[in-house]
Amino acid sequence: MMREEKKPLMTGTAAPRLDAWAKVTGRERYAADLYSDRFFWSGAKRAGIPHGKLLEVHTEDAKRLKGVVAVLTSADVAGSNRVGIIRGDQPVLADKKICYAGDPVALVIAEDKDILQEALDLVTFDHEPLPGVFDVEEALRKDAPLIHEDNPWGNLLRLVSVETGKGASAFDECDVIVEGLFETPFQEHAYLETEAGWAYLEEDGGLVVVATTQTPFRDRNEMALALGIDAEKIRIVVPYLGGAFGGKDGITVQCLLGLAALHTGGVPVKMWLGREESFLASVKRLSAKMHYRLGVKRGGAFHTLECKAYFDTGAYAGLGETVMTLGLEHAGSAYRIPNVTIEGSCVYTNNSVGGPFRGFGVTQVTAAMEQVVDMAAQRLSIDPLAIRRINAVEKGDKNCIGVTLTHSTGIKKCLAALSEHPLWMEREGWKMKAGQFKKRGVGIACMAHAMGYPAAVPDFANAKIELTMEGRFRIYVGIVDMGQGNASAYAQIAGTILNQDQGAFELVQPDTGRTLPSGSSSASRTTYVYGNALIIAAEDLKKRILDKALSFFKTARSQDIVLGPGGIGHREGKKKISLKKVAELFGETERTCKAYFRVPAATEMMDRIYLGPHIIFSYGAHLAYVEIDTLTGCIEVTGYLAVTDAGSVINPQAYEQQVHGGIAQGIGFALSEEYKVTEGRTDTKSLATYIIPTAMDVPDMVSIAADGVEETGPFGMKGIGEISISGPVPAVANAVADACGIRVPRNPITAEKILQALGKQNKQERPR
Amino acid sequence: MKISFILNGKKKTIDVESGMRVIDLLREHLHLIGAKEGCGSGECGACTILVDGESRLSCLMLAAQIEGKRITTIEGLSKDRRLHPVQEAFVENGAVQCGFCTPGMVMTAVDLLSRNRHPSRDEIREGISGNLCRCTGYQKIVDAIEAAAKDMKEGDAE
Repeated sequence: MMREEKKPLMTGTAAPRLDAWAKVTGRERYAADLYSDRFFWSGAKRAGIPHGKLLEVHTEDAKRLKGVVAVLTSADVAGSNRVGIIRGDQPVLADKKICYAGDPVALVIAEDKDILQEALDLVTFDHEPLPGVFDVEEALRKDAPLIHEDNPWGNLLRLVSVETGKGASAFDECDVIVEGLFETPFQEHAYLETEAGWAYLEEDGGLVVVATTQTPFRDRNEMALALGIDAEKIRIVVPYLGGAFGGKDGITVQCLLGLAALHTGGVPVKMWLGREESFLASVKRLSAKMHYRLGVKRGGAFHTLECKAYFDTGAYAGLGETVMTLGLEHAGSAYRIPNVTIEGSCVYTNNSVGGPFRGFGVTQVTAAMEQVVDMAAQRLSIDPLAIRRINAVEKGDKNCIGVTLTHSTGIKKCLAALSEHPLWMEREGWKMKAGQFKKRGVGIACMAHAMGYPAAVPDFANAKIELTMEGRFRIYVGIVDMGQGNASAYAQIAGTILNQDQGAFELVQPDTGRTLPSGSSSASRTTYVYGNALIIAAEDLKKRILDKALSFFKTARSQDIVLGPGGIGHREGKKKISLKKVAELFGETERTCKAYFRVPAATEMMDRIYLGPHIIFSYGAHLAYVEIDTLTGCIEVTGYLAVTDAGSVINPQAYEQQVHGGIAQGIGFALSEEYKVTEGRTDTKSLATYIIPTAMDVPDMVSIAADGVEETGPFGMKGIGEISISGPVPAVANAVADACGIRVPRNPITAEKILQALGKQNKQERPR
Repeated sequence: MKISFILNGKKKTIDVESGMRVIDLLREHLHLIGAKEGCGSGECGACTILVDGESRLSCLMLAAQIEGKRITTIEGLSKDRRLHPVQEAFVENGAVQCGFCTPGMVMTAVDLLSRNRHPSRDEIREGISGNLCRCTGYQKIVDAIEAAAKDMKEGDAE
């Protein structure tokens, strides 16, 4: 059903993505869509208790059930039984301890789903309950129960501190100091596709795992260690994901599936988490408590910032400490601040496991920083846009951790575009038109987001593109497409270089057996890093094609011939040779070009922050229109503008998709989303209680791409995947404050909280 | 038990367990994997199909309930390898990202347009409010349904 259109792809032009046809017809096969004539179902018995010593797991009753293939415990795991990319502290199957309610204690394999469920209910375990710890500050007390006894710093996973200039002593030089305690709760990714996979052993002993993951190559090594299998024997295949947003960055079902496949005698085994289990067992955006203090000079220049933050990584380290660190690196948002003191503690608790979520720590700190900026503006009677323009960083400035910005830095352009937009210009008129019992407010926020890994972690990709024997092009996509459309962007990049239409491309999705290691689908890096590598590979392939094709023409100069859709022609003559004909001239290996690209990284100030600083950042300036019903407290976001500097735009349609999606998730976080855990037990177990926005909760949004080129980016682009999620919480919070003078320092800003605050306000205003 | 129904225009008679959910019947027995299960409890809409032309959640229906009914799944929407106008509009307008909500969303949109040929944007938003999407922020989905309404001729509805 591919359309027959021979228009060459061009970067900078909107184009429907390649995967849209298969997805809109229901033919795309996701990891959950694999079935065969004979296969088994597998599932994990989850602990359901937050903290305890695991004494014994009873599997006998389950094993006796007809249709049960195997019931496995930690004793059946041949390797280290540990995963976790930095600390390796999380068990595949719990052995000594249970550290949170989602810990798996046994793995059941059964002939069908019903038997699986029955068997899971028959598995029991003995444990000695341990007191739990559920709050970051309590976890750091000397007498707090320890979650990982071998961690030398108790429940503190990592302390990160940064000081620049005169640090906090510079508060003495400030004219105005504003401060506040801000909190952001756990956020659940709520991708529509819950974690799923399919695994089997091949006749030669190789283990094939098809799974929902953002990190196939990293997973392979983790699985090898945890399960005690040679990494060379593991092949991980990743179809298009049904959303991930960071929640599939790392091991979820992969080890359990791999372990199951070792016990089925070659029969494929399937795992597909139900929504409740997905909520229970998946990582969450780390909740954060942030004490902010901002010192400002009379004219509005930021002079001193103090940020003391606590991030809850839950039961296991995962990537928690890197999430916090990226947050701290952005603690000062997009501003010049000469004196800062930043300190963050990433803390173990018996809550859900923290992990990556679009925004990666930056969303948390931006929520706090952008609110104290508004508080400072109010104190100084400066317009919130004006104070941001005074302090916004420019190329050559130092960011809040003292690293000089040497790449494209477009926040001022974002603010300029915002200031000229009707939504900003006409805001006062709109506010005046509020109906009875309604209050209207407008809020803005700036944001920055680093692209790629921190300096100490090599950030590279290996592109591979092949001219097929049919005369088409096959791109071996090294980085998972979780829905953001990076795979299509690769076709657009290669299509531009090779002057080919969309129909000329086939995309091989990540497969450790076929595609090349290119890192994770995360960190707003996918198009930048793989795109850069692909440009080199595609240019190489183009040169090879033209060189080979020369033999068909009466010229010796490759500049006389042109590569176009489907074939090669002479600039002046009418002769055209098909790509299929040219492909036949190639040797098997010559038809494929590979290239490596490594992202430029900081070389100085490596010890400024854990794993070193970033040097390439995207920027954004957001504006929210908010209307509050003073009788019910109900709050509605009625308009939204996002101006983004993510360099040049490869595909305007896909760019907007990223901006819209980020804003919607941000609005959800601002108004309704809170993954609630009480004493380690989940209160929000389903999409009925964990409320993500519906089509009625998100307004029509305006997305503007600020002018700008990132010189090191493929066709001038830089990361667009994450930046927009960090705007809505502070923009909406600032709009609420603008509407009715209420500051709600902990999102979600629910009707209940607004109504309470309005009630308090009325009491204070009432004469005694 | 034996049940008979029309599946994407073809008559089907099959033997199924009485308690089987329609989504399992479609996915596991009839190999129609287009309808997705995102929650299993009627909150997300990813499993939406048409039953006698009206949108229904296949995770909340038992096989016995489709006896004698006309079932349309996403696989049956495009005819002669031509996309349905709603599908075409989803592709052109960038309404598809991860695509996991897409089949259900498309079926809901088809149902909506069969009842209201020219819905306003607000009516579209209300019409699809039972289908969750976590990627798009819904705007391009609304754009697509609006565009499809313009392009569709009478009789295109299903």
